[in-house]
Amino acid sequence: QFLGGLGFVMVEKGTSLLKMMEISVAEAEKRTGKNAVNMQETYTVYLIETRPVDAASEGTNPVPDSLWRRYSEFELLRNYLLVTYPFSVVPPLPEKRAEFVWHKLSADNMDPDFVERRRVGLENFLLRVASHPDLSSDKIFYSFLTEENGWKETVFETGFQAKADSRLKALNATFRVKNPDKRFAEMKHYGDELQSVISQLLRVRARAADRLYGVYKVHGNYGRVFSEWSAIEKEMGDGLQSAGHHMDAYAASVDDILEEEEHYADQLKEYLFYADALRAVCRKHELTQYELEMAAQDLTSKKQQREELATGTIRTFSLKGMTSKLFGQETPEQREAKVKMLETQIEEGEELVKERNTECEEFVKSAWVDIERFKEQKDHDLREALISYAIMQISMCKKGIQVWNNAKECFSKM
Amino acid sequence: MSAGTPRSLPSSGQKPIQDICHPLSAEECALSRSPDVLNPCSAGERDLILPNGTPVDTSSPASSSSLLNRLQLDDDLDGETRDLFVTVDDPKKHVSTMETYITYRVCTKTTRTEFDLPEYSVRRRYQDFDWLRNKLEESQPTHLIPPLPEKFVMKGVVDRFSEEFVETRRKALDKFLKRVADHPVLSFNEHFNAFLSAKDLNKRQGLALLTKMGESVKYVTGGYKLRARPVEFAAMGDYLDVFTQKLGTIDRIAQRIIKEQSEFLMELREYGPVYSSWSSFEEDLHDPLEGVSGCVSNCSSALEELTEDMSEDFLPVLREYVLYIESMKNVLKKRDQVQAEYETKLEAVVFREDKKTPVPSDVEKCQDRVECFNADLKADWDRWQNNKRQDFRQLLTGMADKNIQYYEKCLAAWESLIPLLQDKQDAKGETN
Repeated sequence: QFLGGLGFVMVEKGTSLLKMMEISVAEAEKRTGKNAVNMQETYTVYLIETRPVDAASEGTNPVPDSLWRRYSEFELLRNYLLVTYPFSVVPPLPEKRAEFVWHKLSADNMDPDFVERRRVGLENFLLRVASHPDLSSDKIFYSFLTEENGWKETVFETGFQAKADSRLKALNATFRVKNPDKRFAEMKHYGDELQSVISQLLRVRARAADRLYGVYKVHGNYGRVFSEWSAIEKEMGDGLQSAGHHMDAYAASVDDILEEEEHYADQLKEYLFYADALRAVCRKHELTQYELEMAAQDLTSKKQQREELATGTIRTFSLKGMTSKLFGQETPEQREAKVKMLETQIEEGEELVKERNTECEEFVKSAWVDIERFKEQKDHDLREALISYAIMQISMCKKGIQVWNNAKECFSKM
Repeated sequence: MSAGTPRSLPSSGQKPIQDICHPLSAEECALSRSPDVLNPCSAGERDLILPNGTPVDTSSPASSSSLLNRLQLDDDLDGETRDLFVTVDDPKKHVSTMETYITYRVCTKTTRTEFDLPEYSVRRRYQDFDWLRNKLEESQPTHLIPPLPEKFVMKGVVDRFSEEFVETRRKALDKFLKRVADHPVLSFNEHFNAFLSAKDLNKRQGLALLTKMGESVKYVTGGYKLRARPVEFAAMGDYLDVFTQKLGTIDRIAQRIIKEQSEFLMELREYGPVYSSWSSFEEDLHDPLEGVSGCVSNCSSALEELTEDMSEDFLPVLREYVLYIESMKNVLKKRDQVQAEYETKLEAVVFREDKKTPVPSDVEKCQDRVECFNADLKADWDRWQNNKRQDFRQLLTGMADKNIQYYEKCLAAWESLIPLLQDKQDAKGETN
């Protein structure tokens, strides 16, 4: 069962939200208003329409509920999901700025073609979230779709920003995990490779599109010269003239061809950004692993300290130990106090390690489930994308054959 | 301009000069078992050859239609049965201590009594063709002489001995001889006869005397001013001017297309392999991605062929016609000269007092010359228009054919990919 977008979003039957409602991003509109620094700005808003799934089957076809959202609100939603579901491969948004453009394609965010492709991308994003086993039941997501006013405040009230900041800090810091989970390391590497190869593919494809455009358009010049030539011919004139029209048609046909190919590029782009989401999960796993290792290391050190205090041997360096060496032994009362403190710390430490261990295990379990789901989805979607690309090429070849056969017929009548 | 790398012709090898048999000596070709009009120089060749000696390219699926085209094109319009067939083929490289050059085999089959034998096979080099053309211009100044391919290679980059260059030249030389052979007057020229039949061309006049435009020394009648070109010849001149212009434009467009296609080809050659490197770290997607890579590669090869064909077959014919037109304009000028001489001399006579004496014979001769020239030119013009129509019909139809073949090759590649791409779908059906 496929819904919306370009028809390639794989929807799982068990999804809760999409069973209940139809979602679409129906329109885009330009708005002007004052921004945060009180300056006039122009921006685009997108109309999100929702409707209960059985509405159509009842034959009544009621008007869908709708609200307008701008791109930055989609970004806010996604950031919230990233922080709240760190073990999920969160679907990506369509690109913020047009990249991998070839000369005819506008890099302007206000360009209607770009806006239209973005509208499709945003719809795709919503459908993907709505079909995700974990994300689809999120309340913030639901209110994004249904509550126009006050949604932003609701999101901030969750306090996800704080979590985001601390996590972000940790992610940016370089840390080394002692026993990296092999599966996640491989996944991260895969994400790197996927991102690299799709970038390359998109770059070369854009250049090739540019060249193809040139080839087709130059043929249009034949149209004009054949027309001029036909003016000085008697019997050859008609054939030349009509052949010229076919050359014009050939030149014009490239616009549609390349517009279709942009859809393919968009499909690849989605997975370019998905690669990043995948890598984010792997990094978050590393972080939880690291935090576990840190806690375990700390516990071990504390235990060693206790042992030393008990046996009187100093193996671990501690400032207190050194100062007591230098300034004389501590009293038995002091030592006992220390031991008691250590015991408490060790108890706490053991709790922390247990906690972190569970956290890590749960993360690994959840993340790996979602990664497997993602892998299947990726294989399916990319295969579909390749099929539709091949179909596009076939259509282009057939059009080419037709045009040249038409021209040939005209030439043979010369 | 060709996107591919030129291939070198096999050489006859470095030999001591005594051992090199004279390339201009005629080799009697082995007569075929059945003296077949369709196969003047068979020697076991399996190539299809048309009535006038043109070999047919049977390698492409479109060849049957182009075969039909050529048969129709070479239909003799006045219904004469042909009695002279000429072909140019079998280029060979000759290496001597002094120079390296190519010779071509010229085969003739004829029932004309002007020839001693019904068949000839001689070897000629470009110089010899050049000599022939100059002789024809000299001896038949009132006629339109078909052009030769360019003598000097303009861009130093082109290899004079590459297979592509030699083949292009051979086709042009073949066309040249066929046009002469088809001409009701030129084909009976004695120099043409010698060219086709003689063991050694007795080129007493020297090899490189005249320029490729063949400004005939004999017929320059010394600066008589023509008052006005008659309407019909003025129309010819105008037509040729515009036509030359249009041909130039078409040449530039074709070159531009070849350039854009070559650049597109470069990108494709980078594009395909990216899919291959992607496939190297995928499991399920490995085969589909490899498949796409292979497809793109096939399309690249097809495009390269298209570009090469256009370079080798299309552009040379255009350029040939430009040369043809140049020489025709010169003939028109010559005609003007002849008419001018006549008019001047006539005027001088008219103003003489003595009206009793008959018109001097040299004025009469001038009048004859003018009338002959005009008649020959008119006949040749009509003939040229017809040939031009056929030639361009063939040329443009050929261009369309090549593009169709290109798209058909690509279509086949992509269509064969679809089942491969869909292959796993059925096995995975239950997950949906």
